[in-house]
Amino acid sequence: MDQLTLSCPRCSQPVGEGDRFCEECGVDLGAAAATPAAPAAPPAAPPAGADPRAGIAAAAAPVPPGSTGDFVLAAPSRLLVSEAAAGAGPEAAEEEDHDPTEVVPVIDPDAGRVCVGCGAQSIDADGYCEVCGRPQPRPRDHQERALAGVCGVSDRGHRHHRNEDAFAVAATSRPGGVPAVVAVVCDGVSSATRPDEASQAAADVASEHLLESLESGTDPASAMHRAIMAAAERVEALASEGPLEPSRNSPACTIVSAVATEGEVTIGWVGDSRAYWFPDERSGSERLTLDDSWAARMVEAGLMPEAEAYADPRAHAITGWLGADAVEVEPHTVAFKPDAPGVVLVCTDGLWNYEESAAALAAVVPADARTRPLEAAQELVRFACARGGHDNITVAVLPCTPSISPVQNKES
Amino acid sequence: MARLTKSNLPQFAVDIFQNEYLADGAREVNAIVTVTATGGGTSAQVGSFSDGPDAAVVIMVDCSGSMDYPAAKIHAAREATAAAIDAVRDGVAFAVIAGTHEAKEVYPGSGQLAVSHAGSREEAKQSLRRLTPGGGTAIGTWLSKADQLFLSRRDISIRHGILLTDGRNEHEKPADLQRTLDRVQGHFTADCRGVGTDWEVPELARIASALLGTADIVADPAHLADDFRAMMENAMGKEVADVALRVWTPANASVKFVKQVAPAVEDLTGRRKESGPRAGDYPTGSWGDESRDYHVCIEVPSAAVGSEMLAGRISLVVPQPDGSTEVLSQGLVKAVWTDDLAASTKISPQVAHYTGQAELAGTIQEGMDAHRRGDVDVATSKLGRAVQLAQASGNEDTFKLLAKVVDVIDAKEGTVRFRKDVSKEDSMTLETRSTKTVRVKK
Repeated sequence: MDQLTLSCPRCSQPVGEGDRFCEECGVDLGAAAATPAAPAAPPAAPPAGADPRAGIAAAAAPVPPGSTGDFVLAAPSRLLVSEAAAGAGPEAAEEEDHDPTEVVPVIDPDAGRVCVGCGAQSIDADGYCEVCGRPQPRPRDHQERALAGVCGVSDRGHRHHRNEDAFAVAATSRPGGVPAVVAVVCDGVSSATRPDEASQAAADVASEHLLESLESGTDPASAMHRAIMAAAERVEALASEGPLEPSRNSPACTIVSAVATEGEVTIGWVGDSRAYWFPDERSGSERLTLDDSWAARMVEAGLMPEAEAYADPRAHAITGWLGADAVEVEPHTVAFKPDAPGVVLVCTDGLWNYEESAAALAAVVPADARTRPLEAAQELVRFACARGGHDNITVAVLPCTPSISPVQNKES
Repeated sequence: MARLTKSNLPQFAVDIFQNEYLADGAREVNAIVTVTATGGGTSAQVGSFSDGPDAAVVIMVDCSGSMDYPAAKIHAAREATAAAIDAVRDGVAFAVIAGTHEAKEVYPGSGQLAVSHAGSREEAKQSLRRLTPGGGTAIGTWLSKADQLFLSRRDISIRHGILLTDGRNEHEKPADLQRTLDRVQGHFTADCRGVGTDWEVPELARIASALLGTADIVADPAHLADDFRAMMENAMGKEVADVALRVWTPANASVKFVKQVAPAVEDLTGRRKESGPRAGDYPTGSWGDESRDYHVCIEVPSAAVGSEMLAGRISLVVPQPDGSTEVLSQGLVKAVWTDDLAASTKISPQVAHYTGQAELAGTIQEGMDAHRRGDVDVATSKLGRAVQLAQASGNEDTFKLLAKVVDVIDAKEGTVRFRKDVSKEDSMTLETRSTKTVRVKK
C-alpha cells in the first residue's frame, strides 16, 4: 500500500502518510485522524455553510462500534501491489465487481460519515450533507489502481465538480502464456450529456474487449481497432438509454489505449487524449499519438506553427470522439518496439495542457517511473493539480523493458 | 425524479428544471418544480364509502339585497347551487349557507353536514327556496360558519368551499375579514366567484388566495350553473388534502421566494411554516389528477469554482393521522460553480418562461390598479408591456383579454392605446384572470 492512497478527510485530495496538514486545504490531519467523528479541528477559515451547532452534535454523537468514522480506504490488497479509491463506498464495489483484483472494504465507510465541508455527521441518501448541502467525496473523485506492469491514477482536479475522466488497467496473458497489460484512458466531453457515464462505459468496454481478444490470440493491432469500435458503439447506445439534456450533445468521450505484450507496444486512440514514450534516459522521448483536434489539424496542414495553434481558443475543439454525434469513428493505431527501457505514458489533456511537448513533459516524469510506476502517475497528477488542476487528470504508466529487435514504427 | 406512493393515493412525480451552473460569485439558484399527480381515483371513481365520507363541501351563496337587482341573479344562484348539489358524489358531506351580513344555514341546519344521497340532494334542492335576498354583505361571517361546519367533522380530510358573491364586503371591516381568513386558512380550501360587475376583484382574489382556491368572474348570471357544476366536479376529483411543498435548504442559504406558476400565479413565500432544521412547508391544498408548476428561488452562500452544492431538496409531503408526515415524492436542486461561461450564462427555458408569466400577471394587476386610480399613462404603459409579454410567451387567452381593454397597435413593441369604451366586465375579467399562465411550449 502506498502512502498516497491516503486522502484528506476534508477535501479528499491525496496526502502523504507523514503529513501533518493537508497540502490542499490546510486541515490538521492529526486532529482529523484522532477524532474522525469531530469536525476536522477548527479549519483556518470555517467553510461557508458551517453550522456551529452541527459540530457539537457531531462530536457528541457516539461512534458506532467497529467503525473509525474514517472513510479513507486503506484495506489490504490481495495483489502484489495496491489499489484504492478515496472515499470509496459500496458503489465503488458494485462498479468494479467484474474485476478479480477487487478490494472489499473491511469497514463500512458510510457508518458515521462526517461531512467534508462542515463536519456535521449527517449525510443523506443522495450523498449530500444535510447541513451544508456539500456533496461528499465520490469514488471517482480520486482513483488509483496498480497491477504488475501497469498503473493508473485519476483525479477530479480543482475546477471541475466531478471527474469525467475514466480509466481501466488490466493484466492478462496471451495463449502462449506471454503476459500482456492493457491501459485505457477516456475523457468525457464536458459540453455533452452525461460525459462521466460515457468515459466510464468506453473504458470498461474497451478493456474487456482487449482482454478477450488478447487471450484468444488476436494480434494487438486488430484487437485495438475492434475494442475502440466496441467502445464507440457502447457510447453511442448511451444516447438512447437516458435523458438527453436539451441544448447538449449526446454522451461523448475521447479514448486512448495502450497494450504492451511480447516486447511490442500498441497504441490506439480517438480524440485528444495522448500517449508518450519516455525512455529511461529521457532523450528520445516522443509523443506517440496525433490529436484529433483543431490545433493538431492546423499544424498538420501547415497552416499554423504549433505554438500559435495551441494558443488559439479553438485549439482544444476535438475533431474525433466516441458518441452518437460522431460522424464516423476512425480509430488510429500505432505500434512500436521499445529499444531501451522506459515507460509508456497514457493521459488526458488534464495533464498535457501544462506540458505539451514530449521533451517538456519528460522533465516532469520522475526518473524512476519505470520501477515505481504508481508513484510516477501520482506525481504527475499532483503536478497537474499544482499547476491549477483546471481539468480532470488521468495518467496511466506502463513500464517497458527493451526487446531484442530494433525499433520499428509503423502506422496503420 | 423520484416516486413514492401508497396504493390509495395518486402517484406524485416531481421534476426539476434548472440550469445548475453558476458563474463564479453567483448566489441565486432558480428552479421550476413540476409536480404531477396521476393514477388516483378520478379516472376510476371510488365507489365504496364504508369508512364514512372522504370529502365535505359547503356552498356559500350571497343573499344580500342586491342579488334581487336584477332578480335574474338570485334565480341563477339558486339554479347554480342546485346544479352543484347534483354534482355532489354519494357519501360526501355537504351543506348550503345563505350569506348576508350574517350567515344562515339553509341545509341541513343545526350546525351539521348532511351526507349526500339521492334523497338528501333532493331535500337540499327543495330548501333552496329559502335563498331569498335581503340584507348586507359580511363574507367573514359566511367563512366562519363554513369553518364551524367543517370542524364538526374533523375526520374528513378533503374540505372545500364554494363561495358566490355579487358585491363588496360592505358590512364588515377589511381587518375583520382578514382576521377571519387568518383563522380559517388551512382548515378548508375554497373557490370564489363574483357574479355581475359590482364586486371587487382584489378583495375576492385575496379570499381565494388565502383559501388556496380560484377566483373568477361570472358576469352573466346565466352562466353560473355550468360554472358551479364544473367547480363541484373539480372538488369531487380531489383525493388527497393538505399537501405541502417542503423546501430544505442548506445552512446559510435562504429561500427568496416560492411561487406556484401554473396553472396560475400564486405567491406562497409568506405561507411558509417551519418544518424541521432548514426546512419549511408551503401549503398547496388538495390534489386530484393534475399537474402544477412552482418556481423556487434560493440564495446560497457562494463557493469556489469547481464546487457543487445541494441548494435545495423539494418534496411533497402529506400529514398523517399520527402527526408524522409522509413524503410523496422529491427532487433535488443543485448548484455547480463553473468558469465555463457558456454553461453558466444559459437560462433554463422553464425558468425564463415562468419568470415572464409572473411578470405578465403582476404587470396587468399594476396596470388595472393604475387605471382604477385614473392614471391612464401608467395603465397604458403597463398594459403595453403585458401585451408584449403575452404575445412573446404565447399566452393567447390573456392576449385576447388584453385586446378587449386596449387597442393593440404593435404587440412586439408593446404599443397600445386604452379603449374609450372599455366595459366593466372586460376590465374585471382581465384583472381576475391575469394570473392564469400557459405552460412552456415543448
